[in-house]
Amino acid sequence: MSDIDLTRLHPAIEAYIPLGRSGLLPALHAAQRIYGWLPQEVAAEVARSLEVPLADVHGVIEFYSLFYNEPVGRRIIRVCTDPACGLKGADDILRHLCEHHGIEAGQSTPDLSLTIERSPCLGLCEQAPAALVDDKAETNIDLDAGSYELGRPRSIVGGSLRLLTEHCGNGTTSLAKYGEYIALKKALTMKPEDVIAEVKSAGLVGRGGAAFPTGVKWEGAAKADGDQKYIVCNADESEPGTFKDRILLLDDPHRTIEGMCIAAHAIGATKGYIYLRGEYPYILPVLENALTEARAAGYLGEHFDIEVRLGAGAYICGEETALFESIEGKRGFPRVKPPFPTTHGLFGQPTIINNVETLCNVPLILHEGAAGYRKIGTEKSPGPKLFCVSGDVAQPGLYEVPFGVTLRDLLDMAGLHSAPQAVLFGGAAGAFATFEHLDVRLTFEDLRAAGLPLGSGVVMVFDESRDLRDVLKRLGHFFAHESCGKCYPCQMGTQRQMEILDRVAVGKTLAGDLERLQDVGWTMTDASLCGLGQTAAGAVLSAVKLWPGLFDSGR
Amino acid sequence: MTSKLLMDDKEISVEQGQTLLEAARENGMDIPTICFHEATTSNALCRICVVEVEGMRLLQPACIVQAADGMKVQTKSERVVRARRTILEMLAATMDLSDAPEILTLMDEYGARVDRFPEAERRESALKDDNPMYVRDYSKCLLCWRCVQVCADDAQYTFAINFSGRGYETQIGTFFDRAIPETTCVLCGQCVGVCPTGALKPKREYLLEQGMSPQEISVMNTGRKRRKQK
Ligand SMILES: Cc1cc2nc3c(=O)[nH]c(=O)nc-3n(C[C@H](O)[C@H](O)[C@H](O)COP(=O)(O)O)c2cc1C
Ligand code: SF4
Ligand code: SF4
Ligand code: FES
Ligand code: FES
Repeated sequence: MSDIDLTRLHPAIEAYIPLGRSGLLPALHAAQRIYGWLPQEVAAEVARSLEVPLADVHGVIEFYSLFYNEPVGRRIIRVCTDPACGLKGADDILRHLCEHHGIEAGQSTPDLSLTIERSPCLGLCEQAPAALVDDKAETNIDLDAGSYELGRPRSIVGGSLRLLTEHCGNGTTSLAKYGEYIALKKALTMKPEDVIAEVKSAGLVGRGGAAFPTGVKWEGAAKADGDQKYIVCNADESEPGTFKDRILLLDDPHRTIEGMCIAAHAIGATKGYIYLRGEYPYILPVLENALTEARAAGYLGEHFDIEVRLGAGAYICGEETALFESIEGKRGFPRVKPPFPTTHGLFGQPTIINNVETLCNVPLILHEGAAGYRKIGTEKSPGPKLFCVSGDVAQPGLYEVPFGVTLRDLLDMAGLHSAPQAVLFGGAAGAFATFEHLDVRLTFEDLRAAGLPLGSGVVMVFDESRDLRDVLKRLGHFFAHESCGKCYPCQMGTQRQMEILDRVAVGKTLAGDLERLQDVGWTMTDASLCGLGQTAAGAVLSAVKLWPGLFDSGR
Repeated sequence: MTSKLLMDDKEISVEQGQTLLEAARENGMDIPTICFHEATTSNALCRICVVEVEGMRLLQPACIVQAADGMKVQTKSERVVRARRTILEMLAATMDLSDAPEILTLMDEYGARVDRFPEAERRESALKDDNPMYVRDYSKCLLCWRCVQVCADDAQYTFAINFSGRGYETQIGTFFDRAIPETTCVLCGQCVGVCPTGALKPKREYLLEQGMSPQEISVMNTGRKRRKQK
């Protein structure tokens, strides 16, 4: 194919050449922006320029959903078909779009003007049904009225507190409006170990899903030997039902940046990364602009600077070690742990990786002091917490509350129509609750006792009219699509689970399917290599326990 | 330094730094493995070697977890057997095991049924016969990664093969599926040597299986050479 003009490629990828392999994802993004997809000649030229083996470049292109090695349409519409959107008619929208353009999902029009795809959760669940049209969010799609919103998504923020969300809900907060990094200034007057001690005694634990004590993590990285230490902000937010980090970064990017600066001081890091999920392209310019402001104000510079890396469509890259691999220019395969990131993280160096919301708590802790911070929330779960409420409530949105309110309190704020049939807690990787759980207090300890994972703060509500088998089917498809394929239990288990859930959804189960589903589920949970496989059956197994009748065969 | 641990209620001592797998084997106990190979970096990805370690919430892969003093390990508990059997049954529903006798033996041992997962989509792939050294039949590939590793920094530094797809659709592949002679492959044969199934097979062995006689095969080879000399 001689019609591909490689001369346009060089200026676009030049900046990434010094990064070597680590520049691979940015270079492929840049190349794809020029050619619309990644033809063989282009991939080979990127490989040559960055000195990455050809087969490895191909392996990377193949891993990430947003990279294409065959021609795609000049416009790409990705329709979310995960649970929150499924409830609001996502399948109808997809069908309508496909019929209108005479193609199937996953195909392009013959003139290559358009490609339509099914997408995993786009982090727009409170404005479902949603789609991504090239770089723009399309939300509240209403087929009957023919209406939708397109562009930067709105931020719907509620709750009884406005600490983390202080600056959310009114567009992006500039540095001028955010004000000086007062918490950072205070931290810089303190010894690094005192900053860590403050975070520790505040009792902050990670908000990305694993609930690990943040101060302990920082201490580990501070003490670890390494020529270069890194701070990584995990903004890969891809857990179905989760959209909190989208709002925090779009509306208040400086809070996260300030949190990273404080972490850098605490462990002596000179370099930071924000790994932003590929399906949040509209956040990229907001972050770049905020970083420019922070550099101009002297908060970032030689002593510590931050680079944004854009993912390319892979839920697994939210897993911390897969995320490192991705920044290093590889397929997002999770690493075997130990060793842990605090000693062997990004590029094998001591690394702190924290979720956006976790980092947003840090300036607050420095501001209020650990004692002041602990006045919020409960003894064992101090601080404010963000919940992503979606599904069958009057006001889906992001709710900030102190730890310790009950599920009922939260749902009252969001306007519960009627007693819910089910609540999906913690996301696809979570578990189901029922109306019997309405009075559970939202704290780490109470939820643990109730067998419910807090996860990333997802609370997805399903009313009595909903068919939970349809929800389970969507979860099954999500995990089968997102398994990285490294370890056997999850690589094959997510596929087998999906096949059985497909049968359950249409009421055509085979004899023995319930036992099969449980064997697969427990094997994934017990024997998988990383958190994806370990939680891929969580919601399903909780449903088996709560509603065994759903899985009855012989209809 | 030696550590003492309990394995299946038997007290054993091992050198520090040894894995549970090494500990077991040295003490005459058997833990099954699939992806493990002395010559390649362990990725702990097949999980057939998982064991129960007291105090750990999840099963642990014996091929990489180091033995430690005071550990209590169960290598055949109910949980362990369920996981191993299910993994084997899923493999049987996924790939062609006809050239994997060791896996078939394991299936017998664990009472794993080949037909446990009816109506399962299998991972099928057409045979690739594109070079004079070996044939590739990825329907028989169990994705142990060994070939990719020896082709890369575990041995040969050739980087001719990597992965395509993701998840269940993962497959071993070349740059844009190019034929082997159009890649950096140097036909060293290391990948064939470490492949635990018949997915990678010497061409000669393949031709013999296809019913060709050794004479026919050598004529074929000399024919090839003669053409090249012209
Ligand atoms: C499959 C998978 C996906 C994950 N996705 C995210 C994510 O999108 N964002 C996040 O912060 N953490 C995610 N995590 C958790 C991270 O591995 C890690 O625990 C977290 O970023 C640590 O930050 P924290 O301590 O501040 O929570 C994910 C974990 C798994 C297993
Ligand atoms: S559990 Fe799933 S996502 Fe994690 S390593 Fe195994 S296959 Fe990959
Ligand atoms: S081809 Fe053979 S060596 Fe390579 S991954 Fe498959 S089974 Fe393993
Ligand atoms: S955007 Fe559709 S479920 Fe989240
Ligand atoms: S042999 Fe241990 S995981 Fe494969």
